[in-house]
Amino acid sequence: MTVLRSLLAGTCALALAAGAQASDLKVGFLSTLSGGGAGLGVDIRDGFLLALGEAGADDVEVVVEDTQRKPEVAVQVADEFIQREEVDVLTGIVFSNIALAVVPSAVNQGKFYISPNAGPSQLAGRGCHENYFNVAWQNDAMHEAAGAHANDAGYESAFIMAPNYPAGQDGLTGFKRFYEGEVVSEVYTRLGQTDYAAEIAQIRASDADVAYFFLPGGMGISFLKQYADAGVDIPLIGPGFSFDQTILPAVGDAAAGVRNTSEWSPDLDTAANAAFVESFRAAYDRTPSMYAAQGYDAAQLLLSAMETADVSDADAFREALRAAEFESVRGAFRFAANQHPIQDIYVREVVERDGVWTNVVVGPSLQDHSDVYGADCDL
Amino acid sequence: MRRETIINAGLAAGLLAIPLWAHVTGEIFTITLATRVAILALAAVGLNLALGLGGLVSFGHAAYFGLGGYAMGILAFHAQTYDPIFTWPFVFEGTKQMLVIWAVALVASGLAAALIGMLTLHTSGAYFIMATLAFGQMFYYLFVSWPKYGGEDGMAIYVRNDFPGLNTLDPIQLFVICYALLMAGLFVSWRIARSPFGLALQAARQNAERVETVGIRPFRIRLAAFVISGMITGLAGALMADLNRFVGPTMFSWHTSGEIMVLVILGGVARLYGPVAGAALFVLLEHWLGGVSDYWLAFVGALLLLVVLFARGGLIGSLAGREVAHD
Amino acid sequence: MTTILFIEQVLNGLQFGVMLFLMAAGLTLVFGVMGLINLAHGALYMVGAFAAASVAAATGSFLLGLIASLAAAAMAGAIVEIVVIRRLYRRDHLDQVLATFALILIFSEGTRWLFGSFPLYLDIPEALSGPVTLPGGIDYPLYRLFIIAVGLAVAGFLFWLIARTRLGIRIRAGEADREMIAALGVDISKLYTLVFALGAALAGMAGALVGAIQSVEVGMGEPVLILAFVTIIIGGIGSIKGAFVGALLVGLIDTLGRTLLPIAFGTVMEASAATTVGSALASMLIYILMAGVLIARPQGLFGAAA
Repeated sequence: MTVLRSLLAGTCALALAAGAQASDLKVGFLSTLSGGGAGLGVDIRDGFLLALGEAGADDVEVVVEDTQRKPEVAVQVADEFIQREEVDVLTGIVFSNIALAVVPSAVNQGKFYISPNAGPSQLAGRGCHENYFNVAWQNDAMHEAAGAHANDAGYESAFIMAPNYPAGQDGLTGFKRFYEGEVVSEVYTRLGQTDYAAEIAQIRASDADVAYFFLPGGMGISFLKQYADAGVDIPLIGPGFSFDQTILPAVGDAAAGVRNTSEWSPDLDTAANAAFVESFRAAYDRTPSMYAAQGYDAAQLLLSAMETADVSDADAFREALRAAEFESVRGAFRFAANQHPIQDIYVREVVERDGVWTNVVVGPSLQDHSDVYGADCDL
Repeated sequence: MRRETIINAGLAAGLLAIPLWAHVTGEIFTITLATRVAILALAAVGLNLALGLGGLVSFGHAAYFGLGGYAMGILAFHAQTYDPIFTWPFVFEGTKQMLVIWAVALVASGLAAALIGMLTLHTSGAYFIMATLAFGQMFYYLFVSWPKYGGEDGMAIYVRNDFPGLNTLDPIQLFVICYALLMAGLFVSWRIARSPFGLALQAARQNAERVETVGIRPFRIRLAAFVISGMITGLAGALMADLNRFVGPTMFSWHTSGEIMVLVILGGVARLYGPVAGAALFVLLEHWLGGVSDYWLAFVGALLLLVVLFARGGLIGSLAGREVAHD
Repeated sequence: MTTILFIEQVLNGLQFGVMLFLMAAGLTLVFGVMGLINLAHGALYMVGAFAAASVAAATGSFLLGLIASLAAAAMAGAIVEIVVIRRLYRRDHLDQVLATFALILIFSEGTRWLFGSFPLYLDIPEALSGPVTLPGGIDYPLYRLFIIAVGLAVAGFLFWLIARTRLGIRIRAGEADREMIAALGVDISKLYTLVFALGAALAGMAGALVGAIQSVEVGMGEPVLILAFVTIIIGGIGSIKGAFVGALLVGLIDTLGRTLLPIAFGTVMEASAATTVGSALASMLIYILMAGVLIARPQGLFGAAA
């Protein structure tokens, strides 16, 4: 009986291997698709699926599930992907706190995780893992680039502000890591705060050369509108998150002319990018955001690895991912030793083009930038 | 045998049999779902004690659920980093022992419930609902802005905690632990409902003046029930943290309070097994509807509305008839 | 901290307070007259903001948007009252809480289904944008002064409505004795629908006014709802005066606490620790105030003794 069963098992495995010539791959896509912050997850998903659709990748099966922006829900979804769906690769998470809840246990169970957005420092440094690839950025990258830009622009004193949560504290630390001028005031606001009158009054009173702020999502929308209305003449800079295509239409001219930093911009001059922006607009009737671009690149990375290796051979597949042989929409892209990007970060400016508020590239801020945490990573 | 007793026995047996069968067939995820049902049911058993028996509509039970979760998170975090929690007046080390964690979770949530209860139980009706809600939010903000324990990010605990003699990483063994605790919680609430204390509590719900005239102070009875209720929910929080290997401030959010309440209502208020039926239904809905539509919460809302408006006894009430069981 | 900054913060606190009042007034009216706890009040705030944003976008007029917000929220309120809420008056608070919690889920997801997951655009009208210089050399946004003025005007209107009009008499009678005014031939169900729609319209207007300086998105009503609850607990449930005083207290204490506490802690500890501890404590301040009120006066500052 035992012999028979193992024989049968052997045949099944063979059959699977034969079918796997086309390198079948199952992806578990978990992201914030409902409630607050859903816009970001939807963009990542749309970008990801667009790339798969364009490649005609019918050998990739994608299971999509919503995490409702709740880490505990995300953990359950990941359990389901791993235990029931038996996916090979997970991806899709928007927020760092959710990534921290899901990623360590998933990669330790032998799954690959490709991060299309969040890049918490813990996973770039000591907690790095051979199965964890970040195709977006380490969280500090845009803040560091903003600090460098503030130097280049000749701002000698800065007022800096972020919500009181780990990504906010990391953000301001990242800014200060590169900024050489004087920080006149460092303010932490409440997470989810919607009224910034008190902080704007402090900015006005500070008389700094520049105000740097990191307020993702709705918080950034509220702040920008109120800041514009308060008539403070201290220039603003921010990370790309606060000036993204998902929120610019809601901010309107309140953000006009503000400089911000990002690894991508819709007008970035690469052939791959022009094609991506055009096909995204055709497919979804809106301008893609940075999140959509990252989702698109995550799928491209995956497809490029599938061309040279089969996911059932984890070591070969890992090597293929590490090679990053794909044409990123942001131009030059490769992985550092900790499997986080080495890439250029640009300074962008908010402008109105054809009736749509969007970003245009002003110039590079940091070139071939990688994060500082890689030194602690043993890969 | 009464019809409700049969339903209860069926629920208890079903919740045990399905994961065992799943264990045999290798459907690991079904076990995980069943474990979730058991833990959520335990949280709702706690609330049902205050809500069903005592008529205390607490909209802040997330506070105890979260405290239980953070008891696990903080103890395990300190055990993970080999850094004592405090060294004065005595050295208190972190631990990975579930039994110790449960004890701490019970004490912490019990103390919080005593404090909140003392402040809010003088009020009644709408004041009580809103005051408990606001106190829950206070805990939420406290933990969101406490950077040492992860703030908004929460804490991931990489290894599940230990239980003597069992391998907690094995889904079925973890399920058995949670199931046993659920049964213990149900036993406690069954005993309380039949005890003089429980009878006085129910009497205080129906007519507080009359209870007072026989020399019982409703406040003290309610406070005791509120504390026990908070402790049971706190224990469930510790278990949920262990199942997820993660704690975060959303455990404290008012949506969590609302969800625990929804479990009680879907199953049937003041029914012994109402929380179990409600939790099972909720997890199934979440699982099925979540796959059907991005807007699945709207369907949950519609269902909840229908239950509240037209099927007040909840699932158990519709199956077993209107009167509340006393057996 | 300079005096100018302090005065500016007081104005900010006032503006936040009157906005809270618009929310709290509806909640407290509905509770006072019908004895109903309405968690879905925040959803009506959201409805108002979305209506204002879409009408303003279509017509280019903020004023039309504001009118639309009133109309849409009042209509949504009336429909909800007739279809659902009406069945809840005789129920206990638990059923009310649950049914209105269910309404939040339906409203939020329904709005997301209609308008998508991205925030909408709503801007301050040209005439009210930019800062003005107040006596003493304080630059302050005109729009925020406008909000304070509107809030105070609405408060005045409500006091007048309740104290001087026929509807106000009925509302007060309804608070005192529901059966009696029904027996006196007042169409009680029409009165209830009217009061509910009035509360909803106030919430919708608050949503539209605030939407112009904040983000118009799904779920925007929930943080405000919780604050409105805190407000009416402090002020006393059912009392318009209590809602007014409570709202101003919450607005001022929250705003001033956020700026003053980190500075105060900065004098005794190192800067970054002071900001963290100060901001953490500031976010709990109003709940501590609420706890204090509950201990000293469980029925709230202006509530009738229970």
